Amino acid sequence: MELTDERLIKAAPDVVWAAILNPEVLKDCVPGCESMTGSVADGFEAVVVQKVGPVKARFTGVVHLSDITEGRAVTISGEGKGGPAGFAKGGAKVRLDPVEGGTQLSYEVSASVGGKLAQLGSRLIDGFAKKMADDFFTRFQETIEGPAAPDPEPEGEPPEGEAKKGWLKRIIG
Amino acid sequence: MPKDGIGASTKRREDIRFLTGNGHYTDDINLRGQTYAVFVRSQVAHGKLNKVDTSTAAGMPGVLRVFTGEDFAAVGGVPCGWQVTDKHGKVMLEPKHPVLAQGKVRYVGDAIAVVVAETEAQARDAAEAVVVDIDELPAVIDMKAAVAGGPLVHDEIGSNLCYDWGFVEENKAATDAAFETAAHVTTLELVNNRLVPNAMEPRVAVGDYERSTGQHTLYTTSQNPHVIRLLMGAFVLGIPEQKLRVVAPDVGGGFGSKIFHYVEEAFVTFAAKVVNRPVKWTAQRSESFITDAHGRDHVTKIQLAMDKDGHFLALRTDTYANMGAYLSTFAPSVPTWLHGTLMAGNYKTPLIYVNVKAVFTNTVPVDAYRGAGRPEATYQLERVIDKAARELGIDPIELRRRNFVQPNEFPYQTPVAVVYDTGNYQATMDKLIEIADLAGFDKRRAESAKHGKLRGLGVNCYIEACGIAPSHLVGQLGARAGLYESATVRVNATGGIVVMTGSHSHGQGHETAFPQVIADMIGIPADSVEIVHGDTANTPMGMGTYGSRSLAVGGSAMVKATNKIIAKAKKIAAHLLEASDADIELKDGKFSVAGTDKSVDWGSVCLAAYVPHNYPLESLEPGLEETAFYDPSNFTYPAGAYACEVEVDPDTGKVKICSFAAADDFGNIVNPMIVDGQVHGGIGQGIGQALLESAVYDENGQLLSGSYMDYAMPRADDVPFYTVDHSCQTPCTHNPLGVKGCGEAGAIGSPPAVVNAVVDALQRAGHTSVTHIDMPLSPSRVWAAMQA
Repeated sequence: MELTDERLIKAAPDVVWAAILNPEVLKDCVPGCESMTGSVADGFEAVVVQKVGPVKARFTGVVHLSDITEGRAVTISGEGKGGPAGFAKGGAKVRLDPVEGGTQLSYEVSASVGGKLAQLGSRLIDGFAKKMADDFFTRFQETIEGPAAPDPEPEGEPPEGEAKKGWLKRIIG
Repeated sequence: MPKDGIGASTKRREDIRFLTGNGHYTDDINLRGQTYAVFVRSQVAHGKLNKVDTSTAAGMPGVLRVFTGEDFAAVGGVPCGWQVTDKHGKVMLEPKHPVLAQGKVRYVGDAIAVVVAETEAQARDAAEAVVVDIDELPAVIDMKAAVAGGPLVHDEIGSNLCYDWGFVEENKAATDAAFETAAHVTTLELVNNRLVPNAMEPRVAVGDYERSTGQHTLYTTSQNPHVIRLLMGAFVLGIPEQKLRVVAPDVGGGFGSKIFHYVEEAFVTFAAKVVNRPVKWTAQRSESFITDAHGRDHVTKIQLAMDKDGHFLALRTDTYANMGAYLSTFAPSVPTWLHGTLMAGNYKTPLIYVNVKAVFTNTVPVDAYRGAGRPEATYQLERVIDKAARELGIDPIELRRRNFVQPNEFPYQTPVAVVYDTGNYQATMDKLIEIADLAGFDKRRAESAKHGKLRGLGVNCYIEACGIAPSHLVGQLGARAGLYESATVRVNATGGIVVMTGSHSHGQGHETAFPQVIADMIGIPADSVEIVHGDTANTPMGMGTYGSRSLAVGGSAMVKATNKIIAKAKKIAAHLLEASDADIELKDGKFSVAGTDKSVDWGSVCLAAYVPHNYPLESLEPGLEETAFYDPSNFTYPAGAYACEVEVDPDTGKVKICSFAAADDFGNIVNPMIVDGQVHGGIGQGIGQALLESAVYDENGQLLSGSYMDYAMPRADDVPFYTVDHSCQTPCTHNPLGVKGCGEAGAIGSPPAVVNAVVDALQRAGHTSVTHIDMPLSPSRVWAAMQA
């Protein structure tokens, strides 16, 4: 399956770029991610627990970053093996464009599955992959911007308590 | 005559145990010390198998042993039972089929390793710990891509084209010439969709080995235990038959899928000796989807040449037939000898040429499934005739009648090798018109229109060839087996009878119908006869049950043996009555001397045979037990006419089957109720294929419709109440019962009726561009056709 979407992130492209390359951020953003280690150069190793329809499994796999255009574009691809549950392969081409008020993040996601996941869950995969992508980029956005608040925070006034701070603010704030 | 003899709708005695939970299936067999096998299967459709690491699994709790391909390096592969020779005189390409993968995996489900453990849960846990290192290779799924230079499924045979069969090759030039000059040619391209057999009982195999005697026993879900013993013993494991017993107890449906010799059977038999414990494997339903041989999967272009009045002049058809990744036991015979030979249908088409390209792909092996080749032949023929009728503006029933083989033309030699012994296609068509009330169709259509529904009528004929034979002929055609059947009739001292048949019953009702025949022949109650089947240890060598052959072939063997019994019993009776055996008559269970009132009953004769105090010992052996083998001289040719009425919802494309009528000629009938049931079940499966079922692979070779969430089986509300008639009877001329076969007819005859009906509904509603929709006719496909 394939899907494309885009969203506006209220941060500068270089901040968004740094986040994409950070395994800690990826770990926080990938739904069900238990661990994520490694580096941009060597790739990341990830363990993700997910449930697709009737099939629940712990996927272990590797994530590679390729086609890197510094600060602008990257292809994230990975393959996870879930033992008897089957396997999933996927990728996302991510592009960052500076726009007024932040960064336009656009992505094209493709995913395919095999083994029991395909046999039992194939018709659920499209919806599942869309939800995974939505969740990932929503979390990614929240991580950078901080959680969506009912009222915009006044400029220069950090919210109370570390827990509410986004990743950016934890690092720079 | 006994009231429960031939012609009685006796209720099936086996249903008492099936319906009360007392059936005894292979999974009910649990042996002392039994262990459990769980297979590790390929998750990719094609790949290089680098390494199978069993070290972790082998050390897990309860694990006795983990087997891999290396354990089977010295063991024979699973054999193919039919060798087809192609149009160039070249024998088919026959790749090796190892028990466990060697070097490569070729479809999702291919067996890689097996864990044998104390419990199934332990085996399953350990199977998850087997680490398989595979380099995935590009898979080839589409047949045309496979023969057009796609990735090789089997590198060592150098091609994905198993064979390129032409039939009858000598007719090709004349057939092509007839097309050149024909007044009208109708062409149709269609797909016969791949099906998953889905027997209610999944496959199970239990292997046992007795070290003290060297005796192997395999309990398995099989339609033909003797065939499995021969194939597995001689070709895979090298076990002589006297050391190998194969038992197929109650079997919960086969539909063809349990004919074949599967690797799991060879594995448990082999492993039981290695671990010196019984080994049991029970398929999970998900496993059945990707390991039971699939059915159909043909892509066909058919052309019919006619004169200006619609007389058929010539027929030619080109088919790509999917073999899957390996040759299943009888796979090569299905698109050839079970398909090409039926292309004449019920019609006098003087010239026929059939081309079939059998193709390897990275999918589950494909083999015989209820009808096996004959549904594929019937579907394309009856669809192209329907299209031709529309193009010529001739009523589809009239066009068929115009081309029927006429009742006075039997025996009829077709241009595709077979000779039809009897038939009356006009009579079955007349009967169909009556029972389907075709005269009332317009009224029903108007009624449907009032409710906003598009009603259509589909009619078609079918012929099939059952009881494939004779052995010497099929041997010439490439069969590596005989096709006779056997029976031992054992009369006990007090007159009861046990028949040990080489046929196998897995839903066909042998235990009820076979005794009816003997009851009729001897004149004793049917319930004094028991049928034993399914165990090579106590039945004579038989070829099993498939191709609607049990009664026509197995029943005939039983009749032959019973005739031997009667002949001997008459000699005993003659001795007791002090008469000449030529004067002895048997009627209603009583032997009498013709023209006198002297008689002796059946029981007294049987007792004399086993307590031979007053007995002609000098000229006659004691006992009353006879065995016969029967090898038919020809197929039998059941035929019929089917009608289906549908309503199509114009908004959604949803098809509802309103009525289905079947007029069949099965020759003589032993148990009409069982025949009704066989036809009902067959039509249900045909409706399933036509409207619902389809095995779908993605381009990577993943089976997408691999569970009941996506593979739609027909349910009660998908099928109507059937109107079934088998009063048109032209008895088979060459078997002693005059019977044909009825097991597959419904599945053969019904798909074209459904599709013809839907196309008719759309045509009548003004969708004149819709001349064909490929099965399954899902709402989306029908709706899309209406938008075109």
